[in-house]
Amino acid sequence: MTLLTAVTAAVICTIIWYRSEQRTEMKLGILCLMFWSASLMWLVDAFFEYAELGADYFAPAASDMLNDLYLGLSVVALGLIIWLIILLIKDPKGVVRAALFKKDR
Amino acid sequence: MACFLVPTAEAVVTTIATKVIEKKEKNNTEVSVSADEISLESTGKIPFSKKLKWLNNMLWGGSALLAFEHVWHGEVVPYFPFLTAAEDPASAAEMLHEMATAGVMMAVLVTAVWGCMVATAGFLEKRTSDDKAAKEERS
Repeated sequence: MTLLTAVTAAVICTIIWYRSEQRTEMKLGILCLMFWSASLMWLVDAFFEYAELGADYFAPAASDMLNDLYLGLSVVALGLIIWLIILLIKDPKGVVRAALFKKDR
Repeated sequence: MACFLVPTAEAVVTTIATKVIEKKEKNNTEVSVSADEISLESTGKIPFSKKLKWLNNMLWGGSALLAFEHVWHGEVVPYFPFLTAAEDPASAAEMLHEMATAGVMMAVLVTAVWGCMVATAGFLEKRTSDDKAAKEERS
């Protein structure tokens, strides 16, 4: 479920990256790469778990699925927060700098 | 258990390599512009340091999210020895085995995907420069 959530986030981010004209300014590439990479890592985890559990891997308990979904959504939220911090620090549009150093009239 | 440490270690190495390569690329360009600013349009090629940054983003981003999963499962704790598996030798051996198998596989897979991205970018660079040359020939 965590893998599925991460892959879904990666696909959505990639579509937004492809359609957006401000992809460079908004640093959307970082978000895409982060989610795709996490998906690849969880895919490896899934392979090892499948090798251990066999077909049972595809029949998880409902409570495990719910916990994994909760984890997956938390991971997506964390990814978005990391991206937002990078965006605000790099501040490609100068919005933060303009807000901080704006002179009072 | 601690499989995310392998991609993290690779991320440290590639980040250092990126900084070194970026410096070299800066020295090689006559105009003092950062590697980021050397765009595909101006040189016809994406600087290798920029390609390495893709790998850095993948490794750091993926490792951070995976580390969070380990915190979630109580495998990483905020006090010494930080990894619960490191508390006894049997668990430590299991952890090292997981790092050597799953961890290495993760790092290899991410690097392989990055390799495919670089190869595709190289192909597109070549096609773009070929198109440019053909246009110049026609005009």
